[in-house]
Amino acid sequence: MTASTTDEQDSGYGIQDSEEQRKSRIPNPESRILLNTTTEDHHLARMAAVALGLTVLENAIPSPLPGVKPGLANIITLIVLARFGWRAAAWVSLLRVVAGSLLFGNFLAPGFFLSLSGALCSLAVLALAIHLPQRLFGPVTHSVLASFAHITGQMTVVYLWLIPHSGIAYLIPFFATAALVFGTVNGLVAARFMDNGSDPVSESKT
Amino acid sequence: MNSHELHRSFLRDLKPGDWLTLLAGGLCIILLTNKVWNGGIADTAVIRSSGKIFSSVPLSRDQQIEVPGPLGTSIITIEKGKARISSDPSPRQYCVRQGWLEQSGEIAICLPNEVSVELTGGQKKYDSLNY
Repeated sequence: MTASTTDEQDSGYGIQDSEEQRKSRIPNPESRILLNTTTEDHHLARMAAVALGLTVLENAIPSPLPGVKPGLANIITLIVLARFGWRAAAWVSLLRVVAGSLLFGNFLAPGFFLSLSGALCSLAVLALAIHLPQRLFGPVTHSVLASFAHITGQMTVVYLWLIPHSGIAYLIPFFATAALVFGTVNGLVAARFMDNGSDPVSESKT
Repeated sequence: MNSHELHRSFLRDLKPGDWLTLLAGGLCIILLTNKVWNGGIADTAVIRSSGKIFSSVPLSRDQQIEVPGPLGTSIITIEKGKARISSDPSPRQYCVRQGWLEQSGEIAICLPNEVSVELTGGQKKYDSLNY
């Protein structure tokens, strides 16, 4: 995965380029658009990129029931939540949803809105869950609550928009069980990463 | 790290509140499943012919009921608290192939012969069904 990590690269420069090369590449410096990005932006983008990688990885795993996915990318969301707070987690999560949909070509398609509703519900619940006493509740709680919120949001959208039939209620136990299992696993993985004090993002670069 | 150590350290990652969350989550799933998958215990079979109630019989007594319809006679069997349409003159035999009805709210309909069996009792799963 490549992401621009320095201001130089953001401006379209390579690290080794000489001053002359730079001038020749961009004839009129005024015409280029420079986004003023901060180190924090870069960090969030890097986190989102790792989450995106996990999403791609996860799409290669076949699922017995459409819609049941481990949600590995949420491991990143959980770590960002614990380390950098809710705002950063929301950025990473939503960036992942939008960029992921562009990557898979379902931007603004039903699948995108399902991901988005799940992510928004999860984030809403996480905003409350981080106020639980940290001594007693760890990433596993966050993860399980978020995954339940995720399926609740998705099922609501499915019911209100895609399949307005009470028959989908029969699927709830499957989805709820998957949410509990995968929520626990993701939470444990996130807790493990933070336990070791290792940063999955810096590791992924090496 | 061997598998035993791995196992133990994963348990260490679970704080007391996390166990509580897992327990609550598990309970939620059990309650939800119970609510969603169990239509309640049926105690009565309501048999309709041409849209009118032909008879309403308790499931507690094993018996066979012959119901006349426009095509012929449908036979409904009640056995061990379950009911099914065991014979019907309809061409495609959908209602016969549906097999045993057990839960409240389940229904077998033979459209050509205008005969249906619906189980009631407990709570009804549906307010109405439209075809």
